[in-house]
Amino acid sequence: MSELNYQHEVRGYLTGFGLALLLTLVPFALTVWGGFGSVTTFVVLGGCALAQFVVQLRFFLHIDLRRQKREDLQLILFSILLLVIMAGGTIWIVGNLGMRMM
Amino acid sequence: MKHPTLHPGLNLGPHHGEAHEDAETLAFGFWVFLMSDLIIFGLMFATYVTMANPMGLAGGPGPKDAYDLTSVFVQTMILLASSLTFGMASLAMRFERGRGPITFWLSVTLLLGLAFLSLEVRDFAHMIEIGAVPSRSGFLSAFWGLVPLHALHVAAGCLWIMIMMIQMRTFGMVPLVKTRILRLGLFWHFLDLIWIGIFTIVYLGALA
Repeated sequence: MSELNYQHEVRGYLTGFGLALLLTLVPFALTVWGGFGSVTTFVVLGGCALAQFVVQLRFFLHIDLRRQKREDLQLILFSILLLVIMAGGTIWIVGNLGMRMM
Repeated sequence: MKHPTLHPGLNLGPHHGEAHEDAETLAFGFWVFLMSDLIIFGLMFATYVTMANPMGLAGGPGPKDAYDLTSVFVQTMILLASSLTFGMASLAMRFERGRGPITFWLSVTLLLGLAFLSLEVRDFAHMIEIGAVPSRSGFLSAFWGLVPLHALHVAAGCLWIMIMMIQMRTFGMVPLVKTRILRLGLFWHFLDLIWIGIFTIVYLGALA
């Protein structure tokens, strides 16, 4: 393992850290100083969070769509599918119930 | 990386021989655990979201009374920095820099983890002081179910780091120790992933 390779991988972590930092500062700044409508704020908050998920998965956990053993990627994708069904379903149904009780 | 990766996460590389081979099944098994943990957290998030409304609050202390955004911001920075320092420890292990650098970066990570926990415990103490206890409302039950669960995970991670530092001294960098540090790394980065959800949904989402 060469020195070049090491520095390359350190740079990978630093890139990930820099991007994650940016994607953290934007939502905090928006919440503290922002005067935008709540819809814009929520969209930006959600967008930054999703982007940071991808950044951290890519640079810290080294997960991308290439070179994965297929069953590993399937494990992760299937877990996310289960989560979306259960969490999304909960929010949908209970939220709807809440609205009707207002 | 020229070599194909054996498992998701940082691979030790074929120059680690046995430890690299072993890591394939060990890391996969650990990912199964992480994904089941993700489901638990995800459902706690869903509960929190359904409770973050006037009915869930039940007239009790709300986000504006209970949360300290400055403290949350500092915690976020600390945890993000600790993810980077753990990455440095992982790379020191992968490139066989010796026990010194690994121990150094693990110690920094441990200190950051403890700093994170002490800030969080201070916030929890403040919430108890103003009466924002789990039994006050559904909203607060959901908060106390979710955020301290993450804190417990971080505490477990800190304990695990301490144990690994002891094992590095007593066993040396044998394959078992290396694969354990590899899995600890997955765990630590995973906790930072969960924290993205917490600061976005629990804190910023409720205060925005």
